[in-house]
Amino acid sequence: MAIRRGRGVAAINYPTGMNLGGDPTQALVHSTPTGNFMVTLSSVDLGQGMKQIMAQICAETIGVPTDRVIIDTADTDTGPHCMGTFASRGTHRAGNAVIQAAKEARQVMLEVAAEELEVNASDLETDGQGNIQVKGAPQKSISIFDVALSAHFKRGRSISGRGMFLIPRSYPEKETGAMKPSTCYAHACTVAEVEVDDETGEVTVLTVKNVFEIGRALNPKMVEQQLVGGSWMGISHALYETTEPYYPNRDHGGTDFNQYLMPGPGDLAQTEIIVLERPSADGPFGAKGPGEMCANPQIPAVANAVFDAVGVRIDTLPITPERILRALKAQAAG
Amino acid sequence: MAKVPVEFTLNGLETAEFVESGTTLLNALRDKIGDTSPKGGCHQGTCGACSVIIDGELRLSCLTLAETCGGADIKTTAGLAEGGVLHPLQRAFLDAFATQCGFCTPGMIMAAKVLLDRTPNPSREDVVEALSGNICRCTGYEPIIQAVLTAARANSQNAA
Ligand code: FES
Ligand code: FES
Repeated sequence: MAIRRGRGVAAINYPTGMNLGGDPTQALVHSTPTGNFMVTLSSVDLGQGMKQIMAQICAETIGVPTDRVIIDTADTDTGPHCMGTFASRGTHRAGNAVIQAAKEARQVMLEVAAEELEVNASDLETDGQGNIQVKGAPQKSISIFDVALSAHFKRGRSISGRGMFLIPRSYPEKETGAMKPSTCYAHACTVAEVEVDDETGEVTVLTVKNVFEIGRALNPKMVEQQLVGGSWMGISHALYETTEPYYPNRDHGGTDFNQYLMPGPGDLAQTEIIVLERPSADGPFGAKGPGEMCANPQIPAVANAVFDAVGVRIDTLPITPERILRALKAQAAG
Repeated sequence: MAKVPVEFTLNGLETAEFVESGTTLLNALRDKIGDTSPKGGCHQGTCGACSVIIDGELRLSCLTLAETCGGADIKTTAGLAEGGVLHPLQRAFLDAFATQCGFCTPGMIMAAKVLLDRTPNPSREDVVEALSGNICRCTGYEPIIQAVLTAARANSQNAA
């Protein structure tokens, strides 16, 4: 009886969004009378930071500072349609919709500014600080605040835009069955090192090293925060969490946090995160969806590490001490 | 049901409320008094999201009856900022990206505050121990542990 060490590796590619009859998201953008920009969405921020990312995308597209953008995700009854925040689709789908809406709003904004400055709209640019100026002659400029006031009170125009992003439904080809069930894959690879006590079946994850390829990181600190939390969650799925320990039998299903186990701050593995940025072709500013993907590769990596350590393949999650001991017993019985 | 009067100090302010007998402090704070900083995650003492400080001790407000708090000195995360300036723990949580959905955050901050009040220079193990009654779904804990250690360093630098 001994503590045995093992190392496992796993790699995944993970789609962004889904394709069950088409995958649409819409966005609306309009300016307030004082030249702030309001983005209306039905996509929900679950805490992953969607509001911040949408504000960045809108600000970058219109050419204003991020703090001039307000995101309203308040009401799925009245907001523009979104399939929802799931399948790692928020940044990609809603972000593309916001870009389209913001472009249209920017165009109206430039047209109003052109009338005020008596120049062509195509000769104008934004300075990113809240002003519009003539290309090559920045002394000829007007603040976006004044442009918005003019649009609202003088020229009777709505500085606004509509955005729509749709991944259309893909049907399988009759002959081959080939189809495009999803788009824009993110990738990850994890190496996990574990110790397995072959007497108690207990697994300790020593280290997890993750590489994530996520397109462009639109907000690198928030990406890192999600990947660190996701890596922990992957280990939690691999070793702890289940609502149905004897599935399909419902007996002993966890009903509260006493029974639904998750590793706490005392059970953390040493975690390393490396981010590779390879901008995607169809994502907003090259982004992909890192959300769900980041909690996946740890699971097969830990399973492989357990196999490396004690030579048994556990193919049911979570990999509990009980399952390991039963497998070891079966192995010993030959 | 008969209502019971209860008076206590909440974040330095005299507070009085009539509650139904058996009302938890968590529900009294959130639904009656309007301090929604303590969160109800499990209502059975297993998640730590409802943590508050009562007379200097970390307490689960979901397991504390409001009517037992007469005369107590209660602190919640909502009362930590002073004059619009965030408490060092709040600052450190923000700077360390130690919060995502934020549901666990007020409970984490309460637990960390009691730790730092008693142990101004905690070890990593001290922090882990102090947070071990609080569950977080999002962050993987490491950013939270780092935030508490950073806040402790900021405190001791200010004291020096
Ligand atoms: S709500 Fe009190 S411990 Fe969970
Ligand atoms: S930040 Fe979401 S539970 Fe901790």
